[in-house]
Amino acid sequence: MAKEKKVVRKKIKATGEMNRIMAEYFYELDNASKTGERKIAWCTSVGPAEILRSLGFLVHFPENHGAMLGATRMATDMIPEANALGYSPDICSYLTADVGAYVKGISPLTRAYKGIDGVPKPDVLVYNTNQCRDVQDWFAWYAKELNVPIMGVETHRGVGDVTGAHVESVASQMEALVPPLEEISGNTFDLEELKRVVALSKQCSDLWKQVLDTASNVPSPLTFYDGTIHMGPAVVLRGTQQAVDYYHLLLAEMNERIAQGEGAVEDESYRLYWEGMPIWGRLSAHSKLFSSLNTCVLASTYCNSWIFSAFDPDDPFRSMAKAYTELFIVRSDPAKERYVKTMLDFFKVDGVIYHDAKTCPNNSNCRYGMPQRIEEMTTLPFLTINGDLNDLRMISDEQTKTNIEAFVEQLEERKN
Amino acid sequence: MAKMDMDSVFVGVDVGASRTKVAVMTPERRLVGHSVEKSGTDFTATADRCLDTALRMAGAEATAITKAISTGYGRKNVSYANETRTEIGCHGKGCYFYFPFSTTIIDIGGQDNKIIKLGDDGRRISFKMNRKCAAGTGAFLEEMSPRLDIPLEEMDGLASRSTDMVKLGSFCTVFSATEVLENIRRGRKVEDIIKGLFFSVIQRVVEMDALSPKVVMTGGVVAHNPYLVKMAEEKIGRSILVPEHPQLTGAVGAALYGIGLATIE
Ligand code: SF4
Repeated sequence: MAKEKKVVRKKIKATGEMNRIMAEYFYELDNASKTGERKIAWCTSVGPAEILRSLGFLVHFPENHGAMLGATRMATDMIPEANALGYSPDICSYLTADVGAYVKGISPLTRAYKGIDGVPKPDVLVYNTNQCRDVQDWFAWYAKELNVPIMGVETHRGVGDVTGAHVESVASQMEALVPPLEEISGNTFDLEELKRVVALSKQCSDLWKQVLDTASNVPSPLTFYDGTIHMGPAVVLRGTQQAVDYYHLLLAEMNERIAQGEGAVEDESYRLYWEGMPIWGRLSAHSKLFSSLNTCVLASTYCNSWIFSAFDPDDPFRSMAKAYTELFIVRSDPAKERYVKTMLDFFKVDGVIYHDAKTCPNNSNCRYGMPQRIEEMTTLPFLTINGDLNDLRMISDEQTKTNIEAFVEQLEERKN
Repeated sequence: MAKMDMDSVFVGVDVGASRTKVAVMTPERRLVGHSVEKSGTDFTATADRCLDTALRMAGAEATAITKAISTGYGRKNVSYANETRTEIGCHGKGCYFYFPFSTTIIDIGGQDNKIIKLGDDGRRISFKMNRKCAAGTGAFLEEMSPRLDIPLEEMDGLASRSTDMVKLGSFCTVFSATEVLENIRRGRKVEDIIKGLFFSVIQRVVEMDALSPKVVMTGGVVAHNPYLVKMAEEKIGRSILVPEHPQLTGAVGAALYGIGLATIE
C-alpha cells in the first residue's frame, strides 16, 4: 500500500511567550468581569479598539471567541442553538457559534484557562460594520440579552479608492462615540492617551507586517497556519506594549530562520496564497496535508487584515478612519484584485486557493468572478475549496483533500 | 481475449465511492484486461478481486505487475498499489490517451462530478468537482430508481421513449425527489419523469464551468446511459466524444501514470 508521508512540523519557539501574554490578557479580562475593577468593552475585530483602550476599557473580541470555538471544534455543536433562535445556518458561523455557546453556558476559555468561567461581561458593545452587517446583528443580540448599551460605526462598503469623504464620515462617527463612552467608562477622554495607544497599534501593525512579509523569502520561514495562530496578539492586544514586544520576538525568530535557510515546510516546492477565511477546525489537518505535499501556503489576505498602515498618532481619528476603511474586506472588487495581484507577485506564489466559506460571503471572494479575472491577469492557476470557517457540517474532508492533492499535481505538471 | 504470456503489465485501480475499476495495460499502452465491481464496504478486498479478474482477462500473473497505481476515493486502501494519484489527474491522463487534443472532460461519477480542462499538450488547465449536493451525480439517479420502482439499467431505454419531458427545477436532490413525487401524483408518464431526471443531471454538470469546443464525457453514468449523452449533445449543441470504455478512464489513466513513472525510472 502506498505509504502516507509522516509530517513533522517545525515549532515556533516564540509560541510559549505568545501563550503567556494571551493567558494574561484573558485572566485580566476575567478578573475585571468578576470584580468590576475595570470596565469591559466588546469590540469587533477591526473596530475602534484604540478609542476604547484610551478610555481605560479592557477589550474583548467576540470574533476571537468565535474562532476559538472553531479551532477547538466546539462550534458545530453550538450553532444549532442559535439556529433555533432564528439565526439561520446560512449566516456568520462566528455569530451562531458564539451565541449558541452563550445559550449553552459553554466557552473554550473555561477549558483553556483554569478558573475562567466564561466570556467577560460587557459594559458596552462597540461595532464597526466595515467587515459585515453580521457583527451589528450579533452585538445587538447581546445588547438585548444583557441589557448593555450598543453603539458603533457604519462604514461604507464596496469602496474603490478611499476618499476624503469616506474618511470624514467615519472619523466623525468615531468622534461621536467618545461622549457616551466617557460616560460608561467614568473616564475623561484624553487625546494624548489616544495618540499613545494609536502609536502602539501602529508599531504592532508594522511589526506584524514585517513578520508576514518574511514569507516572501524562499523557502518561507512561516506558513499561513502559523499566521492564523500568531496573529492573536495583533487582534486582541494591539495598542498595548505586550503586542509590540511579542512581534519583535517573533520577527527575530523568523529572520533567524531566513539566515539559516530554514523553511517552515520541508523541501518547499510549491508556494500558495490563501484567499478567504481559515477553516478553524481543520488548521492542523490542512497544515499537515500541505506539508506532506511539500507545499507551503505562506500568505493570505486574512492574516494581512490586521495591518493598519495608515495609523498616524498625530491625527488619530482621521488615520483610524482611513486605516479601518482601507481594509481589503471593505473594498470594491477592482481594488481587491489590485491588492491580491500585488501580494501574488510579492510572495512569489505558484497558485491561489480560494476558500468559499458557506457562512461568510464577506470573506469569500470567489463568488463574483474574481478568481477567473485574477487568473487572466497573472496566469496563476487557482482552486476553490467549499467549506466554512466554523461549521464543520459544510465540509467534505475527502473532497477537500482530493482537490488539494489534484491541485498540487497540476502545479507539478506546470513545473515539469 | 487470447491467453498470452505477459511478462510486464501496468495496473491502474480506480476505487470509486460506487464502483471499483481495474485496467491492465502493456508497456506499449495496450489495454489487455479490465474489470468493474461494486466497491462495497471493503475497498481492499474489492480491489483485490477486481485485479484477479482483470489479470485473468489479460492472461497475466500478479508477478508480471511492474507498477500499480491507485486512484479514486479509496485510493489509499489498495494493498498492491505502489503509488496513488488523484482521480482528477488520472481522468485527465486517461482521456488524453484517447483524445490527444485540448478538451473539457465531464466525468459523471457515482458520488461526484468532475470538470477537467486539458490543453493541447494534455496538461491540465483547471478542474472542478461538484459541490456538496448529490444532484447531478450517479447517486442522484440511484436514489430515484427505487422511488420510481424502475431498475437503474432500464432508465436509459425509458428516457429515450419520452415524448413530453417533465421539467424539474430544483438544485437540490431532496427537493428534486419531492418534485418527482409531485409529478407521479399528477399522473405524468414515468419515461417523461426519467428524461427530466437525466436533463437535471446534465444541467447540474454543464453549469459547473464553461466548456471548450471539444467535450468528452466519461464515467459510469455515461457508460450505462448513452441516451443521456445524446441529450447532453442536444443541450450543448455539438457532438460529444466518449472513449471506448467510459467507466475505465480513471483506471486507464492510473495505469498510464505507472508506465510513465517506469519510463522515468
Ligand atoms: S466578516 Fe464574516 S466571519 Fe467575520 S463576522 Fe462578518 S460574517 Fe462573520
